[in-house]
Amino acid sequence: MTIAIGKEIQSAERQETIAKKIAVPKEISSGEARVAVTPTTVKKLKKLGFDVIIQAGAGAAASFSDDDYRQAGCEVTADIRWLWANADIVLKVRPPEHHPELNTHEAELLQEGTTLISFLWPAQNSDLVEQLAVRKATALAMDSVPRITRAQKMDALSSMANIAGYRAVIEAANHFDRFFTGQITAAGKVPPCKVLVIGAGVAGLSAIGTARGLGAVVRAFDTRPAVKEQVQSLGAEFLELAFEEDGSGTGGYAKVMSKEFIEAEMALFAQQAEEVDIIITTALIPGKKAPLLITQPMVESMKSGSVVVDMAAEQGGNCEVTHPGEIYQYQGVTIIGLTDLPSRMASQSSQLYSINLYHLLNDMGGSEHYRVDFEDEVVRGALVTHAGEITWPAPRPAAPAPAAAPPTAVATTDVETAKPAPQRSLAWLWPTLAGLALLGIGLGAPSSFLSHFTVFVLACFVGWQIIWNVAPALHTPLMSVTNAISGIIIIGGMLQISGEISSPTALLGAIAILVGTINITGGFLVTQRMLKMFRK
Amino acid sequence: MSQNLVTVAYVAASALFILSLGGLSHQETARRGNYYGIAGMAIAFLATALSAQVTGYLTLSAMIVPGIMIGGIVASRVAMTSMPELVAILHSFVGLAAVLVGIANYLQPEPTLLGVEETIHKIEIYIGVFIGAVTFTGSIIAFGKLRAILGSKPLMLPARHLLNLGMLAAVIGLGFPFMSAEGAGGLTPLLVAAAIAAVLGLHLVLAIGGADMPVVISMLNSYSGWAAAAAGFMLSNDLLIITGALVGSSGAILSYIMCKAMNRSFFSVILGGFGARASGATKGSATAVPGGKATSIDVEETVELLEQANSVIIVPGYGMAVAQAQHAVSDITQRLRQQGKQVRFGIHPVAGRLPGHMNVLLAEANVPYDIVLEMDEINEDFPETDVVLVIGANDTVNPSALEDPASPIAGMPVLEVWKARQVVVMKRSLSSGYAGVDNPLFYKENAQMLFGDAKANVNAVLGQLSKTGKAQPQALAAV
Repeated sequence: MTIAIGKEIQSAERQETIAKKIAVPKEISSGEARVAVTPTTVKKLKKLGFDVIIQAGAGAAASFSDDDYRQAGCEVTADIRWLWANADIVLKVRPPEHHPELNTHEAELLQEGTTLISFLWPAQNSDLVEQLAVRKATALAMDSVPRITRAQKMDALSSMANIAGYRAVIEAANHFDRFFTGQITAAGKVPPCKVLVIGAGVAGLSAIGTARGLGAVVRAFDTRPAVKEQVQSLGAEFLELAFEEDGSGTGGYAKVMSKEFIEAEMALFAQQAEEVDIIITTALIPGKKAPLLITQPMVESMKSGSVVVDMAAEQGGNCEVTHPGEIYQYQGVTIIGLTDLPSRMASQSSQLYSINLYHLLNDMGGSEHYRVDFEDEVVRGALVTHAGEITWPAPRPAAPAPAAAPPTAVATTDVETAKPAPQRSLAWLWPTLAGLALLGIGLGAPSSFLSHFTVFVLACFVGWQIIWNVAPALHTPLMSVTNAISGIIIIGGMLQISGEISSPTALLGAIAILVGTINITGGFLVTQRMLKMFRK
Repeated sequence: MSQNLVTVAYVAASALFILSLGGLSHQETARRGNYYGIAGMAIAFLATALSAQVTGYLTLSAMIVPGIMIGGIVASRVAMTSMPELVAILHSFVGLAAVLVGIANYLQPEPTLLGVEETIHKIEIYIGVFIGAVTFTGSIIAFGKLRAILGSKPLMLPARHLLNLGMLAAVIGLGFPFMSAEGAGGLTPLLVAAAIAAVLGLHLVLAIGGADMPVVISMLNSYSGWAAAAAGFMLSNDLLIITGALVGSSGAILSYIMCKAMNRSFFSVILGGFGARASGATKGSATAVPGGKATSIDVEETVELLEQANSVIIVPGYGMAVAQAQHAVSDITQRLRQQGKQVRFGIHPVAGRLPGHMNVLLAEANVPYDIVLEMDEINEDFPETDVVLVIGANDTVNPSALEDPASPIAGMPVLEVWKARQVVVMKRSLSSGYAGVDNPLFYKENAQMLFGDAKANVNAVLGQLSKTGKAQPQALAAV
């Protein structure tokens, strides 16, 4: 099912060992500080066999200089057209858009058969997708990488969400004029800041962790009960509705909830809005406008000086009064509607994003075995256009991710409950057998044997009792000591050598003494050696 | 020395042996325990040597002196990694001694015994020789397997259970002509029975796979004790009975502890049932394992991971022993600890080929024993651990034991390394361990494979760490 790209065949025929060229243009979207590849990642990509060319100044906004790239083994060029024309693979952050300097659309710069990997948002950018298909480019959307376990390391949305969640708290802290952590000082008591995080996805969890780290009291709400444990593991309180409905949708996202649920939810938010100092909303439903969670009256009910960070601002906002891309005061409450949170930490986010790209390219076979494999769930999921055709959307994964966990728990409990049963049935058997054996011995055996027998049984019990308490680390020394002690059998030999030397009894006894002695000396000495080594 | 004095000396020796085993249950008292054992042995030996029954001092010294010398030389030369072999071969000596003492005793009829007493005496000899012979050959096979002279794969004869039963029946059957024979006339049945027992011991241990060696060794240890106890009965010697019973029961409990650590019944281990189940189930689990891809990692990246980590757990297995990498591992541990990281060791109860094998190796390499933790102590700490370094362990870190009820090792407690943030597995290849079970750990998201010889890799990691280790003090000095 693999369809080789025209160019790939040509290059393969020309020279098989030729390295694939990766081109990294500077992001042209205004305010975008990120870059698709960092100097650290250049080294990793070179290990996969790729050559990397980067546009001069591409990393400047993310604090990576051209020299850093050169040192990492990267070619730096100022010629943008040459860069795009010579690439086998173009790596970008933002979707292609109109290039102001060249006065042409970036998609037009793509050669036929070239691969473009970036965020593309194919659902929102259908014109762009068509344009890419016309160019016969192979386009992979990082935002469409399926959220399956194997693809976690390529999940750029999660990497970016993690950074955004962190930054959201930092932005909030910046506009919040009190401490996060509660303090009791000589100048009086400072109550801790209360933070409400709505939506405990990657961004939400990251925000929870960051706010907790700063010392705030954090509450979180999510429609998916499955995340309760994750929220609590970060030290936040999980708010619950007295209402049964599971909001888990496909691919780890939430789905749209029923009307009754939403009413109960809104009542909860209204109550919380009066109490908390900071609200961070992260609620998104894929392919739909972000749900409205914080209404105008709720914002009005908040204390003056409070902060709302609306991380869904780009998708319409969770808060009714959000202005996307802006920070402004609404009746004493700071509303933060920034849409470029990851870009505000360009160095960090570029690094994580470029590692996601690296893993995807690695998954696609590196430079030498590079191919677009339709059988690969990850590649297929991310593939938007290929060989002139629109291949998006790929068939969706069937079940939400958390469903994988329960069978494990069931399996282990099964094992545990199954075990005690056979022991119970044997419990009466052994005492009975032992009793019968004792009865038999008592009836048949002479008294001389019985005294030895008494000693034997008691010694067994002593050994039994002593060994139960042995620390497992000492099993080996214990074994070599018991081994040495069992060499006591030489005493049997000693009692037999006193007759005629040439008699078979004496001879056999003598050999027994010899091997027994080796055993005794060897066992004790080696134990001594071992025990000397144990130190604290 | 009068008989009474000898008896008193024997009482003292028995007490010392009990104290010895008791002392060995804790690190602090272990060395004292060993001294108790030596003292007990010395007292028992001297008392016997001085008793009225022993007069052949020339023969005695001619045997004792070379015995001590050989034992001493072997014990001081043996490498810690070959400890299991040494213990195995020493067991075989006890078995051999028991056979010899039994036969010698039979050849020296005691006319004082009559009727039931004579019958019991003969039964004692017979049992003693039988156990001794099984221990002797069984231990030699165990030695061969541990030395890798013999393959570690279990030998699976078609009707092996029937074969074992048949041999046992033959031994019991031979008991009748032996019992009814007058004087030394039963020697032939006794020798034949000993030979059959030897074959039985051979076959029993051959059928057990390499990974089950900890159980086998402690089981043979137990046998050697019972053999000594049987000798005590035939010689009417209480010291032998007590000591034999102590050793026998302690070995039995150790085997039981080992079996519990593998979640298997004692009988399935000694009867070699594991291999049969494994070969059937591997096919099943081979399909069950999702065709994931194992990510490999190189030494630099491993070092990078270690340097970024705050807490590291090292999980060693038999592979570390084979590669003799324990010293380098110890150096890495020291280096990481100097950098202020928390480094601990997680030891599975059946890691290695001898109970407590890993502990001995790590102790040899000067790893402080308080950072070497048991599975139960450390299992809950994995989720908070940054990096787990698995060195030559496989089945003991296999998640399918918990996740796949069809797996042949299902239900066996394992070290839950996959719960850590990152797992680096040092291994030669993706091949399965002794249990023959595929390991889904290698295909987990957070697991990376560092392929190659464990020692070479550990040394390489150490080398890289050294560079950065040296760099740090300089940086500090600059500040």
